[in-house]
Amino acid sequence: MMEAAKVLDAKGMACPMPVVKTKKAMEEINSGDILEVHATDKGAKSDLTAWAKSGGHELVDQAEEDDVLKFWIKKA
Amino acid sequence: MSQSITTKELARRVVNREDTWILDVRNTDEFDDWKIEGDSVHVINEPYFNLLDGVETLTEKISKDQEIIVVCAKGGSSQMVAELMEEAGFTNVYDLEGGMKAWSEHLEPVKIADLNGGGSLYQFARLGKGCLSYMAISENEATVIDANRMTDVYERFAEEKGVTIKHTIDTHLHADHISGGRQLAEHTGGTYHLPPKDAGDVTFDYKPLDEGNDITVGNTTIKVQPLYSPGHTIGSTSLIIDDQYLLTGDILFVKSIGRPDLAGKADDWVGDLRETLYSRYKALSDDLVVLPAHYSFVEELGEDGSVKARLGDLYQRNEGLQVDDEQAFRTMVTENLPPQPNEYENIRQTNMGKMNPEDEKQREMEIGPNRCAVHG
Repeated sequence: MMEAAKVLDAKGMACPMPVVKTKKAMEEINSGDILEVHATDKGAKSDLTAWAKSGGHELVDQAEEDDVLKFWIKKA
Repeated sequence: MSQSITTKELARRVVNREDTWILDVRNTDEFDDWKIEGDSVHVINEPYFNLLDGVETLTEKISKDQEIIVVCAKGGSSQMVAELMEEAGFTNVYDLEGGMKAWSEHLEPVKIADLNGGGSLYQFARLGKGCLSYMAISENEATVIDANRMTDVYERFAEEKGVTIKHTIDTHLHADHISGGRQLAEHTGGTYHLPPKDAGDVTFDYKPLDEGNDITVGNTTIKVQPLYSPGHTIGSTSLIIDDQYLLTGDILFVKSIGRPDLAGKADDWVGDLRETLYSRYKALSDDLVVLPAHYSFVEELGEDGSVKARLGDLYQRNEGLQVDDEQAFRTMVTENLPPQPNEYENIRQTNMGKMNPEDEKQREMEIGPNRCAVHG
């Protein structure tokens, strides 16, 4: 498991909040660090992927555990 | 606070061809897959996550006093973007309540005709998905054909008209949307009819929809006559209502024809489709009015928002009916197939009663366009 500089709990939040919170959390970590995001909103999957791409961040990995979607995003 | 617009108000605009500007803030993949369409609808896509740092870039596409309806998947992001836009000085911004999810569930009823003996026939257009369903009313009874999952809409409509839904009919086992026929019949104490050849694997009781067994609406005033017309599915059965209206299900549309492959049987069923379109239907009166179960293009909506065409006219101008060579027809139908509808196999299983997903899951399964037609 990769080391995350920060973990964001966005469980229970509806769109657009998971992406809004992720964006904010990204501003607080350094370039090259990894942010781990937990979300339950199904829409977060495609939106976070598209958002990361548009910001040049790298979606390093993703997983689904007990209905919780997990994302590891490396800051550009 | 920004202002909202309901799916009902938006539907009236689309049908009335009022100039409407939409800002769709879903991500671009979802937008490209499926969006709000209409002759008078102009849609711009800009994902909401590109607007979090400011909406000023929108002024390249939208002027600040222009009326604009913001749309997203479920209504949350559109509300946020609408508020950001108001703060930035856009003065005429609305957000669509419930987003594309609500849009995909909205049904807009249009009266098609008065029928014999004071009866009437209504078409329910599901504008967000291109599905068409029908209600025939006579005396104090109603029959609903190809009902969608939102059964409360038909129940409320019947209540307003003071009629009881006695029969629900599916022209075939649907693969693009979850049928409301069985549930609606259970709610109203009616009978659910399904073509037996499509019902081999169903887990529930139904009444076989067979040629020769007419269904009546009201005492004897309106006749609903099944006509076996395979090709989209092996059981596909059309209905002739009041000797004037031909409900073609997914066999024949106004601008296209049905596809035979949604059970993986394109090669087997293309011959049936040919036989139905080029022989069985051809033997019917040219004056029948075709009422399909889908439309694919917004141009198919008439002035009043209805989708219909004279059978004889379709033999003149529907490209799917102009292919004289049988091999050319086979090639066109089997090689031109569009992508299959999202989740079509799970939708079939649900309509057979083999799966019983929760409401939220059913909604998700239906997201996206119907893709039931072959365009010649």
